[in-house]
Amino acid sequence: MTNTLHRFGDAESFYDDFVVFAIPSRGKNDKGSVPKLKKFLEMALPFKPVNLGDAIHGGAMRPSKDMKPTAHWHRDMTPDFRAVIDGVDAPTTVAAVFDNRPAAEDFVKTVKEAELGLCVNVSTSIDGAEQCCHAAGIQRHSVGYSLGFQGKTEKLPNTQVLMLTTMCGHGMISTSLAKKMIDWVKEGRRTPEQAVTYMARFCSCGVYNPSRAKRILEDARTKTK
Amino acid sequence: MRINPDKCVACGNCTYVCPMGAIYIDPTIKRATVDRNECVECYACFNGLSQEHLNPTLVRGLRKLFQMVRLRFDPEPDVCPTAAFEPEELVWPRVVRRAFSDPRVPHESTGVQGRGTEEVKTNDVSGRVQLGEVGFTIEFGRPGVGVWFHEIQKMTSVLAKAGVAFEKKNPITSLMSDVATGTLREDILGEKILSAIVEIKVPVARTEEIILLVREVEKQVDTVIALGVGARCAADGEDDIVGPILERMGYKLERAKTNIGLGRISNPAEELQKKEEPVGARP
Repeated sequence: MTNTLHRFGDAESFYDDFVVFAIPSRGKNDKGSVPKLKKFLEMALPFKPVNLGDAIHGGAMRPSKDMKPTAHWHRDMTPDFRAVIDGVDAPTTVAAVFDNRPAAEDFVKTVKEAELGLCVNVSTSIDGAEQCCHAAGIQRHSVGYSLGFQGKTEKLPNTQVLMLTTMCGHGMISTSLAKKMIDWVKEGRRTPEQAVTYMARFCSCGVYNPSRAKRILEDARTKTK
Repeated sequence: MRINPDKCVACGNCTYVCPMGAIYIDPTIKRATVDRNECVECYACFNGLSQEHLNPTLVRGLRKLFQMVRLRFDPEPDVCPTAAFEPEELVWPRVVRRAFSDPRVPHESTGVQGRGTEEVKTNDVSGRVQLGEVGFTIEFGRPGVGVWFHEIQKMTSVLAKAGVAFEKKNPITSLMSDVATGTLREDILGEKILSAIVEIKVPVARTEEIILLVREVEKQVDTVIALGVGARCAADGEDDIVGPILERMGYKLERAKTNIGLGRISNPAEELQKKEEPVGARP
């Protein structure tokens, strides 16, 4: 599962958010899908993704179960794409996240030419996905629209926090952590890059977009609301 | 989830990372503590926090010293310095909390992986939603609010009365004691989870009716609801039917996931599963 549908923001705010994911359907095309899933991720690398992930093992930024105290002063913030690709060992959803449309378009073209036979989806603004399809000469097969949040919306936090937390659709990034990171960036206690990496480590399937999160934190730093 | 009080140094890092806000520093014992009623067993604390293995006595002593001279101990915010989290063995019905809240575990309790099914993500090979049909995903509790099963039942019972068909392989459907009435198992109604998705499919003509129904019931449901609507595009890749209905109802369509139709059925013929039909009452 990928859970990228209900990211909070208007269509314009997704100009730097393109999640392209591949999923084998159980009983239809999951047999022998592991090498294809690895190839899908491998093919994304030339287009400079900002994150890669699989739904079982996580994304390119992961927590450590044996951190040394000295790491507090020089924490490694480099995404480890190789670990994601090598770690795929069972049929699952894999995703490549891009922060610009040309890269997503070129990747979709490459995936089409590779004829992997996996089900591939593009999660972004409706126009953004249409443009990716058009560039690759593909007709859309199906579309899943987000109608946004309804019901007791008074229980939701402010828009900046919501934009940060909903990039992990599984809900693993808490409202309190996002608020804290905004505050720390405002106070100058951490850089936006550091704050983003802390949050990304909680995303369990690697669809968190650190590039968009950094932009949101930069915006939040100078806004008082 | 349990926090070992012998290891915890009350640094407070974990109180921020809990999606449900269920971890607090107990003022009497001065240790981080999990509110078991609010904890949904999502394991965000255990899986997401990096772990150090420092000596708790040493860390407590240093923290006390810094506090005395008004120095702030400023560790990384996503670290448990003493690896104090200890998962518990969960038994029924509490195990359902984890099945619906920790995305890394399959639905052992329900026999279905994930919070929902493949929806339209694999529609190019599953054919789940055809032209003239609409698939709804009604998600409860996300983001960061959570939901009790008895709240979800308010929706499923009304949907059942309306004669909709529930997706058979969906985890919520599998926990219904009576699919025809949308009744969930009684022993899980008091369990809280991070989120859950109810999936239904109806003819396009019922799109507006179902949305209005959801809007009405959500007034009585004590959580947020994220509504998703899935449709099959025409041969030219356009959706001239469902999207316009949604826009007429006042929805500004900002985001979607788009199945680009590259999937091919490749499993050996004898292993192909027979088509799964939704279950429940039919109009």
